[in-house]
Amino acid sequence: MEGGTLLQVQDLVLGCRGRSYPLVGTVSFGLRAGEIFGLVGESGCGKSLTGLACLALFPSGVKPLSGRVIFRDTDLLSLPEEKRRKFRGRHIGLIFQEPLNALNPVFTVGHQVEEVLELHRGLSGEKARRETVRLFSEVGLPDPELRLRNYPHELSGGMRQRVMIAMALAGDPDLLVADEPTTALDVTVQAQILELFLELRARRGLSILFISHDLAVIREVADRVAVMYAGEIVEEAPREELFSSPLHPYTRALLAAFPRLGTRKLEVLPGQVPPPGTWPRGCRFAPRCPEKIPLCAEKHPELKEIRPHHRVRCLRV
Amino acid sequence: MTVLELREVSKSYRLRGFLRQGPELQVLAGVSLSLRRHEILGLVGESGCGKSTLARLALALEKPDQGEFLFLGQPYWRLPRRERRNLRPRLQAVFQDPAASLNPRMRIGDLISEPLRLQGVSREETRDRTLKMMEMVGLPEEALSRFPHQLSGGQRQRVALARALITHPEVVVLDEPTSALDVSVQAQILNLLLDLQHRFGVSYIFISHDLPVVLYLAHRVAVMYLGEIVEMAPAADLEKPGLHPYTELLLASIPGERKKRPVAGEPPSLLRRPYGCVFHPRCPEARPLCQREKPPLRRVSREHFIACHRR
Ligand SMILES: Nc1ncnc2c1ncn2[C@@H]1O[C@H](COP(=O)(O)OP(=O)(O)OP(=O)(O)O)[C@@H](O)[C@H]1O
Ligand SMILES: Nc1ncnc2c1ncn2[C@@H]1O[C@H](COP(=O)(O)OP(=O)(O)OP(=O)(O)O)[C@@H](O)[C@H]1O
Ligand SMILES: [Mg+2]
Ligand SMILES: [Mg+2]
Repeated sequence: MEGGTLLQVQDLVLGCRGRSYPLVGTVSFGLRAGEIFGLVGESGCGKSLTGLACLALFPSGVKPLSGRVIFRDTDLLSLPEEKRRKFRGRHIGLIFQEPLNALNPVFTVGHQVEEVLELHRGLSGEKARRETVRLFSEVGLPDPELRLRNYPHELSGGMRQRVMIAMALAGDPDLLVADEPTTALDVTVQAQILELFLELRARRGLSILFISHDLAVIREVADRVAVMYAGEIVEEAPREELFSSPLHPYTRALLAAFPRLGTRKLEVLPGQVPPPGTWPRGCRFAPRCPEKIPLCAEKHPELKEIRPHHRVRCLRV
Repeated sequence: MTVLELREVSKSYRLRGFLRQGPELQVLAGVSLSLRRHEILGLVGESGCGKSTLARLALALEKPDQGEFLFLGQPYWRLPRRERRNLRPRLQAVFQDPAASLNPRMRIGDLISEPLRLQGVSREETRDRTLKMMEMVGLPEEALSRFPHQLSGGQRQRVALARALITHPEVVVLDEPTSALDVSVQAQILNLLLDLQHRFGVSYIFISHDLPVVLYLAHRVAVMYLGEIVEMAPAADLEKPGLHPYTELLLASIPGERKKRPVAGEPPSLLRRPYGCVFHPRCPEARPLCQREKPPLRRVSREHFIACHRR
């Protein structure tokens, strides 16, 4: 394992009960301490399932078929459920797209954060209350003392996402998995929440697995980026390098299809992402690839290190 | 030539309260907007600012409480019902979620051709025009007998487009038509929209919360905030300085560059619409005058209008 690696996902393959084909796989990547790692890709490519697997969480029916998820020195997938639960929240926090689904509507947001503090850090009463106020101000909630008594529906979308982040931080984790945490927010609020993630990383030395379908958001926050296509990573590189010199034809097509300020012409990539069960035998992108050669239909490419820290899954690179 | 115009329109909804009536929510406050022939007018703004409400007024699906809706130069709501019915097909809509706006029990061919059948077009002509339309939006002929759920999101949006354009309307109002789509499919649909606008010589009102997408498509852009239009400008002008502070905030908020941004709070609720300039509580340049007096939408150059005391 590389020095300073906090989380290592190795050869992960996820399947689904009653189906003979995988939903995700094979996925391997490592997250270093203090780093924001961006996972980007189009709908259904497996971002959320991969993110959840980092907490050894699997939606009903989904199960790991092979692979390991190693946090520090522990393989989370080999732990019994009860021990996995201790890891979650305490060492790894989770943030979703829509905090309204993750927050309990019948309790105040203060109460919900205090509960996490009691569970993972043994704080209660006045101590828990004070720590909650501190967390609320850390995540930039205005009037933190007053907010304790608010119910989730009384807060705006941006404030709910701040509460959700405070809750994920309550166990004092080393890693946050943030799955589309700003997708439901307005751009002006999104800009503030992205700023908050960068601040938290700087202040706490947190590592963040940041999942988004939005290339611009990933470009804003991530230090390294992995692009997923049809269940696997097709390219991984440091942020600047990925956006300035992408090597995989899919990454290049995706960037050319993404409207930015001043875009005069969007290049169209025909077709769509094949769902699980319909992945081609060779390169999964080959049917849509403008640069394919006959071999691409036959041979499934490996994720190869082309330059230092730059990995690409393409026979032609 | 102007094909569609909203003149000082306002719209409020009475919120339902417990046992008694709730407060009145003013969603649109004196909005004026005109769409020219062959023009793509972009409408951008954050969630809840009234974009879809404005779309429903521009589609004549709802009547404004105050103000006038003119379509092809005629005061739509003051026309006799029969004339309104004749105008309707010339005004078409495409919404964000085609799954919700396409009848799930109808086949694609019937969905696309329905507007023609309602007009009493002959069977052969209907079939010809349907197939031609499908080709133009990039749907394979096999899709004719499929049902909406058997198509992908992008293909369903192609169906919605085909259905909207088959009657050769004057105006199509597109409310977040690509917001639910993946990047690569969004690019396909955006370019298709440009291509069709060109071929049909139709005018679009294109609504989106995504400023880069709006700027890619639109000739002119209207920026909405809390039920008002705060700026109206040719798309190219949005690359120049001297914009409304809210437009500047929207531009600065576009992610991707890790730049420093103004601290800006969150939009207030429509129930607490600020007095004076609606944007003053979040505005870094606000002065006492901005709290007292509402700035009018003022012309700053030939086609550029701004509602701001500071510009
Ligand atoms: N519980 C489940 N049972 C069966 N299949 C599932 C389940 N959850 C997800 N899938 C499938 O696994 C694939 C990967 O799903 P995942 O949610 O990880 O995609 P994603 O990249 O997060 O997409 P999105 O951008 O839409 O959130 C998809 O094809 C999805 O339909
Ligand atoms: N029929 C209605 N009854 C009551 N309130 C309504 C009604 N229609 C819209 N509203 C309210 O009007 C406001 C503006 O809604 P609208 O849908 O026009 O916004 P929008 O700009 O389209 O937002 P979004 O970007 O989220 O689609 C919202 O607060 C909404 O709740
Ligand atoms: Mg997801
Ligand atoms: Mg809307």
